Amino acid sequence: MEGSESKIPTPASLLNAASLGRLAAIGVLVVVIGGLFLYAGGWLTPHELTPAGLVNTFEHLNGVHDGFRRNHAKGVGVTGYFESNGQGQALSKAQVFQPGRVPVIGRFALAGGMPFAGDTPQNVRSLALLLKSGDGEEWRTGMINIPIFPVNNPRDFQKFLVATSPDPLTGKVDGAAVGAFLGQHPETAAALKILGGTPPTSGFSDAPYYGLNAFRFVNAKGESTPVRWWIKPDQTTTTADASTTDKNYLFDAVIAQIHSAPLRWHLMVIVGQPGDSTAQAASQWPADRQQIDVGTVTIDAIESEDTSPVRDINFDPTIVPDGISVSDDPLLSARAAAYSKSFTRREGEKKTPSAVSTAEVQK
Amino acid sequence: MPTSTSPTQFALLSRILHWLMAAALIAMLFIGVSMVSSLGDYHRLLAIHRPLGITILILALIRLLTRLLTKAPPLPPTVPPSERVILKISEATMYLLFISLPLVGWAMLSAGHYPIVMFGSVHLPPILAPRPELYATLRKTHTVLAYLLFLAFLAHMSGVLFHQWVIRDGLIGRMLPWAVRPAKEEGRG
Repeated sequence: MEGSESKIPTPASLLNAASLGRLAAIGVLVVVIGGLFLYAGGWLTPHELTPAGLVNTFEHLNGVHDGFRRNHAKGVGVTGYFESNGQGQALSKAQVFQPGRVPVIGRFALAGGMPFAGDTPQNVRSLALLLKSGDGEEWRTGMINIPIFPVNNPRDFQKFLVATSPDPLTGKVDGAAVGAFLGQHPETAAALKILGGTPPTSGFSDAPYYGLNAFRFVNAKGESTPVRWWIKPDQTTTTADASTTDKNYLFDAVIAQIHSAPLRWHLMVIVGQPGDSTAQAASQWPADRQQIDVGTVTIDAIESEDTSPVRDINFDPTIVPDGISVSDDPLLSARAAAYSKSFTRREGEKKTPSAVSTAEVQK
Repeated sequence: MPTSTSPTQFALLSRILHWLMAAALIAMLFIGVSMVSSLGDYHRLLAIHRPLGITILILALIRLLTRLLTKAPPLPPTVPPSERVILKISEATMYLLFISLPLVGWAMLSAGHYPIVMFGSVHLPPILAPRPELYATLRKTHTVLAYLLFLAFLAHMSGVLFHQWVIRDGLIGRMLPWAVRPAKEEGRG
């Protein structure tokens, strides 16, 4: 610096029109950048559905149950292994599809945010799995026992949840609200028709579980194929028996079955054709699509969530190994975002013992 | 620039890293805040957030080392002693945030039993054992530190622009990536 002007300026020397104009420009810049940040964070668009908003809907409908998942709250931990037969390698380079075994940790659960709800045959059942291959890569998948999802995107899902939930005062579902939703959403009406024609099986162990969302498999040559997957039970399937009403009867049954013999499912990959939508979880692909049996999932141990690590695992379906990639299905990103929000909330809360207790699992 | 005992600019590597990191950090702050409020873009943004965070951590460590090993140019006399103290504290705070934010993010994913995926099959090892209660705390800390960094960025930018546009002492020349002669009265390098 040189010259007599390089002194510490006094406030008075800055009080001229040019300086004030530049000062104002700095102020405007700060407000604009700050405003963009607030906009990016969703603070200026409170009516947009956010991950927190979706999780809040679950809390509103079910109450807040400290330490539990906001959806699929009632569950039990399982472990076992996946034995690949190598058939998946043509479609995916993921190590998990090379012939051999990888350990599996998983969770059977009931859809819904009530951790102490009584088991019913109609309640949607889920099986979440985490397959960890030798290279350290993880494949997490959350599947349910219905072949398609009632809606195609998170906004519709939130509306569907609200419309189909019983009124907390009367305990009844508002038929008019459901009718109005179905009127606006023919894809949901069509999906419910298909679901109505596939009655639930008797329990967790004889149920098929479907990945619902489409993904893409990428093989060693870099070829990308749209796929969906489901697991097909080795156990004989029987339809639900309406006479069983015990509060934990579904869980008690699967506990007894695993104690007596391991349970097995075949992992079936449905190979999509060009033109098959990967963004519509509410509809099936044509029935003639090729299905490849890529291996067997064996579940041979069961443990209460009170001690199982699954309580603190987020079965985020977008956690996939190299060789599987997330499709354009908007539900996938939404599931990842909402699960993460639910996970953050419950991990910060005091843990409440699970309805499926350690004593129950040891029976 | 001729060699002299008191340089007029920061070391070239520091200057390059400053602007690279500025771009990366602003992108990162906007990605982070958008991601947690978006259902549709969450997955895509998160896939960028993790590797970009680790990139920032590496750049920040190189920059800290460069800063410690090279000579900083003196501040112009237009910066009063009281402001020099504030500058020192804010510089240290920003370095602390550059390094702690990615580390907290990495620790948080480790504590939350998440794989730390970079790209393809490349992933980092956990730096903590899975611990749920720690996850919740680290997750909140990550957010608070990010807001602090955003406020620090706004304060830093406003302060430098105040010197550049209002006091007009050419303060920004110390950090511009190209060579700048000692500032003239107009400070427009």
